[in-house]
Amino acid sequence: MAVYTSRRRSNAIWLSLCYASAAFGLGWLVIILATLLWRGAGGLSLAVFTQMTPPPDQSGGLLNAIAGSLIMTGLGVAIGTPLGVFAGTYMAEYGRHTKLTFVVRFINDILLSAPSIVIGLFVYEVMVTRMGHFSGIAGAVALAVIVVPVVVRTTEDMLLLVPAPLREAASALGLPRSTVIRKVAYRAARAGLITGVLLAVARVSGETAPLLFTALNNQFFSTDLNAPMASLPAIIFQFAMSPYKAWQSLAWSGALIITFAVLALSIFARVLGSKGSSR
Amino acid sequence: MADIAVESGRVAYKDAAARRARALRAFRFRNGSFHGLTLTAAVAVLVILGGVILSLIEGSLPAIRAFGFGFLYTSVWNPVTDQYGALAAIYGTLVTSAIAMFFAVPIGIGIGIFLSELCPEILRRPIGIAVELLAGIPSIIYGIWGLFVFAPFLQRHIQPALIAAFAKVPVLASLFAGPPYGIGMLTAGVILAIMVLPFVAAISRDVFATVPAVLKEAGRGIGCTTWEVVRHIVMPYARAGVVGGIMLGLGRALGETMAVTFVIGNADVIPHSLLAPGTTISAAIANEFTEAVGDLYTSALIELGLILFVITFFVLAIARFMLMRLERNVG
Repeated sequence: MAVYTSRRRSNAIWLSLCYASAAFGLGWLVIILATLLWRGAGGLSLAVFTQMTPPPDQSGGLLNAIAGSLIMTGLGVAIGTPLGVFAGTYMAEYGRHTKLTFVVRFINDILLSAPSIVIGLFVYEVMVTRMGHFSGIAGAVALAVIVVPVVVRTTEDMLLLVPAPLREAASALGLPRSTVIRKVAYRAARAGLITGVLLAVARVSGETAPLLFTALNNQFFSTDLNAPMASLPAIIFQFAMSPYKAWQSLAWSGALIITFAVLALSIFARVLGSKGSSR
Repeated sequence: MADIAVESGRVAYKDAAARRARALRAFRFRNGSFHGLTLTAAVAVLVILGGVILSLIEGSLPAIRAFGFGFLYTSVWNPVTDQYGALAAIYGTLVTSAIAMFFAVPIGIGIGIFLSELCPEILRRPIGIAVELLAGIPSIIYGIWGLFVFAPFLQRHIQPALIAAFAKVPVLASLFAGPPYGIGMLTAGVILAIMVLPFVAAISRDVFATVPAVLKEAGRGIGCTTWEVVRHIVMPYARAGVVGGIMLGLGRALGETMAVTFVIGNADVIPHSLLAPGTTISAAIANEFTEAVGDLYTSALIELGLILFVITFFVLAIARFMLMRLERNVG
C-alpha cells in the first residue's frame, strides 16, 4: 500500500510541475505583451506615424524608421523569396533523393538558426567595405540572407505534402516537369508557400543585429538605397539605450508597433497555413 | 483528285509533325532551364554558407596574424593599446547560455509533456500557438523589456535575496557576490532562457507526439501512472529528439544578440560574480563594431564573429544530426 501511495504522490507532484511550467511559459507572453501595451500605448498617436525622429528631448515620430523598415524588409523579401522558392523546388521536385539535396537541407537548417549578427558581419565584409559606406541596399541584402533559409524550408515541406497522383496525372498528359511543377505543384501548395513568405517577413521585420552595420541608421527621411537608412529596430535600440525620456517613450511605441505587426503576421500565416493543409 | 487529297494530307501531317517537334523542343528547353534555375538556387544556399565562412576568415586575418592562438585564451581587451583577447567574451557567451539552458530545459520539457500528454484537446492548439508566438517576438523586444522591467525587478527583489541567501555558502558566495546591479550575467541568462524556452518546448512536444500510442497504452495496461508512462516510456523513446531540440535552443542562446546587449552591462572583463556585468561575443560585436577605429580593432571583432559562428555551427550540426536520426527511426 505504501508503494501505491508514493507512486500516486510522485505522479501528482511531477504532473503538477508540468502544469506549472506551462503556466510559467504562457505567463511570460502575457507579461511581455501587457508591459508593451502599458508602456507603449501611452505614446502612440498619429504623430508617431507622420513625423520624423526627433532630436533628444523633443517630440516627434517614427516615420523615417517605419518607412526604412518597410523598404528594407520588402526588398529583402523580394530578393530572398525567389531564391528560396527555387532552391526548395529543386529539393522537393528534381533532386528529391540526391546527395546535393541532403547536403543543402543540412546546411539550410544550420543557416536557419545561425546567429543573425554573423550575417551582418558577412554583408559588411562583402558589401559595405567594397562600397566604402553603409547603405540601405546592404541592409536589404542582409535581410534577404535571413529570408532564404526560412523560405527554402517551408517551400520544400509544402511541396513534399503535394500528393504524388496530382503530379502523375499531369505528367500522364505529357506535360514537361517544369510545367507540372509550376501549374500543378505550386498551385496545390500555394497557401503553404505564402505562409512561408509571411513567416519570413515576420522573422526579418524585427531583426536588428544584421542592420546595425549594414544599413546603420539615419535620423532623417531617406529612400536612397545607396545611403544609410533608418529602421524601426535600430531606432528602438538607439532610443532605448539613451538617457532621454522622450526617446525612451518613442522606443516603447516602436516596440509596440513592431511586436503587434509581427504577431499579427505570424497568426495570419498560421491561419492560412492550417487552411491550406486541411483542404 | 484523290492524289491531291493525299498530298495535302501529307503536308498537313508533316506540318503537324514539325509543330510537334517544335513544341517538344520548347518543352525540353523550358524544362531544362527551369531545372537549371532551381539547381542554381539550391547551390546558392551552399555558396551563401561558404561566403559567410570565407568572408569572416578574410576579415579576421589581420587579428589572427597579430595574436595567433593567444587570442582565444587572453582576456585583455584594450582598444587604446590595440591588445585584444577573446576570453572574456567567450566566457560570457558560455556562462549566459549555460544559465539559459539550466532554466529552459526542464521548463521546456515540462511544457512539451503538458502539451502532448496532459492538455485537454481543445486547448492544445491555442496554447501551442501561444508558445510559438513567444518564439516569434523579436529579440529587441526582450531586450527593451529586460532593461526597463526585468532588470530593475531583479535588482530590487531577487538579487538582494540571492546575495543574502548564499553569503555563507563557500563557493556560491563568490558566484552571487553583490552589489545588485540589476543588469549582468544572470539577468542576460534568464532573458535568454525565456527566449529559448519556446524552441525547446515546441520540439519536445513534436518529438513526444511521435511516440506510438500502442507503447503508451501498453504502459497504462500494466498499471503505470501517467508520470510513469512519461518517465519510462515517452522520454526514453524520444531522447534523441529532445537532445536535438535542446541543442537547437543552445544554438539560439549562443548567437542571440540584441536581448543580451541590452542587459549584459557590456564590461570587457571576466566577472567573478554572476550578478556583475560582463560581455558576450555577440554583444561585443553589436556594441563596438560601428565605433571600432583601426583595422586591428575591426578585425578582432570579426574574429570574434568567426569564433561564434564556428561554435554555433557545431552545436547546430549536432542538433540536426540528432533530429535527423529520429526522423529516420520514425520514417
